[in-house]
Amino acid sequence: MSPRPTALIAEDEPLLAQALQAELAQAWPALEVLRTVGDGASAVRCALELAPDVLFFDIRMPGLSGLEAALELADQWPPAHAPQQGFPALVFVTAYDQYAVQAFEAQAMDYLLKPVQTARLQKTVAKLQGALAQTLAPMPTPPRAHPARSGHAPSVPVGQGPTTDLVLESTLQQLRGLLEAHTDGFPRHAQAVAAVPRLQVLQVSAGPHIRVVPIDEVLYFEAADKYVRVLTAHHEHLLRTALKDLLPALDPEVFWQVHRGTVVRATAIDTVSRDEGGRLSLCLRGRPDRLAVSRLYAPRFKAM
Amino acid sequence: MRSFFSAGIVERGLKVLVLNAVIAIAITLFDNHSLGLNLVYSQCIGLSIWAYVESANHFWVANWQAHVHRLLVIVPVSVVLGYVTGHLLTDLFLGTTSFQYWRQTPRMAWGMLFVSLIAGGTICWVFVSREQLATERQNLEAARRLASEAQLKLLEAQLEPHMLFNTLANLRVLIALDPQRAQTMLDHLIAYLRATLAASRAPSDRSGHTLADEFARLHDYLELMAIRMGPRLHFHLDLPDALRTQPVPPLLLQPLVENSIQHGLEPKVVGGSIRVAASAAAGVLTLQVQDTGLGADVATLGERAADSARHGFGLQQVRERLATAFGPRGALVLEAAAQGGMNARITLPLHP
Repeated sequence: MSPRPTALIAEDEPLLAQALQAELAQAWPALEVLRTVGDGASAVRCALELAPDVLFFDIRMPGLSGLEAALELADQWPPAHAPQQGFPALVFVTAYDQYAVQAFEAQAMDYLLKPVQTARLQKTVAKLQGALAQTLAPMPTPPRAHPARSGHAPSVPVGQGPTTDLVLESTLQQLRGLLEAHTDGFPRHAQAVAAVPRLQVLQVSAGPHIRVVPIDEVLYFEAADKYVRVLTAHHEHLLRTALKDLLPALDPEVFWQVHRGTVVRATAIDTVSRDEGGRLSLCLRGRPDRLAVSRLYAPRFKAM
Repeated sequence: MRSFFSAGIVERGLKVLVLNAVIAIAITLFDNHSLGLNLVYSQCIGLSIWAYVESANHFWVANWQAHVHRLLVIVPVSVVLGYVTGHLLTDLFLGTTSFQYWRQTPRMAWGMLFVSLIAGGTICWVFVSREQLATERQNLEAARRLASEAQLKLLEAQLEPHMLFNTLANLRVLIALDPQRAQTMLDHLIAYLRATLAASRAPSDRSGHTLADEFARLHDYLELMAIRMGPRLHFHLDLPDALRTQPVPPLLLQPLVENSIQHGLEPKVVGGSIRVAASAAAGVLTLQVQDTGLGADVATLGERAADSARHGFGLQQVRERLATAFGPRGALVLEAAAQGGMNARITLPLHP
């Protein structure tokens, strides 16, 4: 941990990034802005590399949106080079989005409106300083299940993770709330369900033919760029649809979303395991693939 | 208009009853039969005719405005059939032998048929023209409502708050950083707002708006975006001097350029360039908007348009305005560009 608090700014408009940095220099002179990046993917990469204390993420960015970047970062946290590093405090920045603002309020999520007003920024800074002071205070390390002691146990109980990064947990909770409340460009699975008739078969192109694949044979779907890979026990097909357009036509009880890009048949899941960083992955019956579970959807899996 | 044959049926039936009574009274004045007998004849014939007309309409006239000429057949046939049926009904009710009249006083019988034809035709004509008037009034109202909705949507699409507030945020930074540039940016914003508001107030007013004006507005918008996106956006406007005075509908190109920015270049991490060009050949004016953005599958653009209302609205609006102003001689074609990105091409007749 560096003596000075550190920050990362992700904002695609160069002047606004510069301005936020200048305003922060006024409102919080001790804060060191390590880097400014212009897109979501770079934001995730740099946050993992630099492990800053505070993140300022613009909502609308090219590539990954601010929210998607935050989720991606949560999935990859903690960075391999700093396994003890706590999750950074997250502040979203947005120009204008009535719904997003309502959702932020509902989740008590920190956010700034552009143009950033000095008084408002000072409030946010005070809040961040308070939060940082709390995290930096020595905390009793929670007892961890020792692998040697439970060596003969069938598996680690996946419900209670070995990591107890409170900031990460509460951020995830807020992000889940935001996704449920919906904002532009995020999955809206639950809301759309009623309106769209459920698919019984998929029509996939196979050379000059159209192959009809019964939905009952599908083990999982995986997003691949603008398309969806459809995996059955023995075959793989490509569907010319975006995953988010396919989702409303799937029964959410039958197919579980486990990651931004993965939707899996619940009954095809064989085992769920947890790695040292607290990340979950799935093994399937009938396919050798191992699928990563996003932290966003991790609460779905708990030992009974 | 289906409602003509379903909702109004009872109302029309009642009116027919009243008219039948009037006809019966009128006939009694010139005739030596009793009013009661005439009333029964009149009601039976009139209601039969009415029933035939209504059921014929129900089965053969799906869209009565398109099929209105069918009434020319339906009405006379219904009248003759109704006339016969009415007589049979009267015979059934009163035990009369109506068809003896045809032998005894054929002139009188033909006269009655003629009266029925005139009455039936007149009543149908009155109903149809009343209905036509009401429909026209409804259509006019619907058109007016659509126009004002379109106007509102246009304003919403072009004064997108996200664009506006981001621009203002940039402006706020520039004021401290580079007042000269801030002033230039503010001038562009003012011109952009003025053009957008004027166009949304009178979307169809194309008097005096030239291609040079149109390109100047695009320049305002692109300058604003260039400040916001920095090195991620490059743009070229290519307007030959000879075409500067060509008249065009105001803000015709604006939605295409905004689509290129919002869906092509802004979401692309490395950004890219946009080129707007005008050219003329063989009496056809061609306006092109090309970008090197993310592009879209042209085949699925329709579906995507439904998905993203603003995107679809822009394209639909351009097509509608071209159709209104130039009919089949105006067209908008979208193509996926070879190097990735979109290529939108508008063709319209060259002004002599």
